[in-house]
Amino acid sequence: MRNFSYQAVERVDSAVARHTEFATSAFLAGGTTLIDLIKLDVMRPEQVVDVNRLPLKRIDLLDDGRIRIGALVSNTELAHHPLIRARHPLLSAALLSGASTQLRNMATTAGNLMQRTRCAYFRDPTVPECNKREPGSGCAALTGINRLHAVLGTSEHCVATHPSDMCVALAAIEGAVEVEGPAGKREVALLDFHLLPGDTPEREHALEADELITSVVLAPHLDSAGAHYLKLRDRASYEFALASCGVILALDGQRIGQVRIALGGVATKPWRAFEAEASLVGVVPGRESFEQAARLALAHARALEHNAFKLPLARQAIVRALETALDDAQGGMSPPARSDTGAGSPAGDSP
Amino acid sequence: MAESSRCAVFDPREAPPSAPHLDSRTDYMLSEGDRSPPGTLRVGFTLNGHPASIDVEPNVVLLDALRDRFSLTGTHKGCDHGQCGACTVHLDGRAVNACLILAASVDGARVTTIEGLAASHEGEGLHPLQRAFHQCDAYQCGYCTSGQIMSAAALIDDERVPSDDASVREAMSGNICRCGAYKNILRAIRTARAELGVDRA
Repeated sequence: MRNFSYQAVERVDSAVARHTEFATSAFLAGGTTLIDLIKLDVMRPEQVVDVNRLPLKRIDLLDDGRIRIGALVSNTELAHHPLIRARHPLLSAALLSGASTQLRNMATTAGNLMQRTRCAYFRDPTVPECNKREPGSGCAALTGINRLHAVLGTSEHCVATHPSDMCVALAAIEGAVEVEGPAGKREVALLDFHLLPGDTPEREHALEADELITSVVLAPHLDSAGAHYLKLRDRASYEFALASCGVILALDGQRIGQVRIALGGVATKPWRAFEAEASLVGVVPGRESFEQAARLALAHARALEHNAFKLPLARQAIVRALETALDDAQGGMSPPARSDTGAGSPAGDSP
Repeated sequence: MAESSRCAVFDPREAPPSAPHLDSRTDYMLSEGDRSPPGTLRVGFTLNGHPASIDVEPNVVLLDALRDRFSLTGTHKGCDHGQCGACTVHLDGRAVNACLILAASVDGARVTTIEGLAASHEGEGLHPLQRAFHQCDAYQCGYCTSGQIMSAAALIDDERVPSDDASVREAMSGNICRCGAYKNILRAIRTARAELGVDRA
């Protein structure tokens, strides 16, 4: 592995100050992405600023019902925290469906937001064409093996899938990312944090130079909402999603009052299906309206040579996640749909 | 569980290996002098219950430090990218992939490897999981075994993981066994859990 300068810091302001000292610096938290990509020679920081000692490991309920999650809270701690299990079971289920026990123990909340794509061409520096790695070099995936690539939010420059499960749940829950940089503190809305590739696939997030994520603040949970995270993948555990769907659904009498639908495994960023949601508000829920919503969610999808299967897969995931979330909202009157390929929510998602 | 699942050429009634697998060393103070040499960082931590110190370059991962510097070769290098679990150790009691952790960042932490597992357990000789893996023939080539055992030990201690087979399989999915010994690994975990008296709904 290429060598680098290493600094462990104890304060947020010194982390930011250290980060500015090199042109290519990287903050080290769990390391599950960073160390992997340095070994692969995909990321080549001159300096690593180890932020693991910063006091950013708390989970706090704020007066207004929001929950502030410290940047360094591990995926395991977050998934099992009583507040999260009680108010945001979608987040808990999404986290537990991701990676392995070891990786969840290491990976942090902020690090998961900064997780990078698993595109095999991005991860292999011997492939010259990757606009994320080398802007302007082209995209090998467009004409290569693209079975795992995105069908939503793609551009002619990049079709890399966003790999996170946690971020799909966050997209549904909404909230803000709190950051601190040389110019001080600011907030970025969760839905604005990840960027579409467009003409600049090397820009993946809204952070400015040397900014550090200090926390994620979750919007208040919807009262008496049902939720479900369904993840479909090539093996039953420890695998990235081919398609995943997170749903939060609240009834207003017999009709749908509020609904959020977020998708993973099919898009270049954690994806919200706003048109699909709008089609369901005020509607008496049922198979037909769910299928119509699923069609709307994928209406603008563009398949590549090997990933057209993701369109029906994602549509089916949406319908099933909606049905299961509806059951959950109705108090689990009927048993939840068995998730035969979704073993990733081992304990938390039945009502 | 059927006894026939045992390997025909292997008799688990033989006495299990003992001493060579226990970490009998007590001196892990590898750094010398008042300052670490240029280009290195001095790292002090607790290794298998003993004080340890080492001077390392920033790009040395914990896995390589354990194997190459401390000669603790029980922790294996499989994929070297956090995908196989062969390098699983305990960092402050949690199972982690030693291949993705910088040695420099374990300063002040508590690290336990397979060599220190038996000593971390009250009682004589091997850890109940080590005995159970042996008795249940929970391996073929053995390359992944130390990582499997370290993950299993952490999950038995983790009250958030229920005891049913599906939950255990899910919690163990970060440890790949190319020989496919999963069935007996599960049996070994059940056996050790019964011995330890840890059962959770």
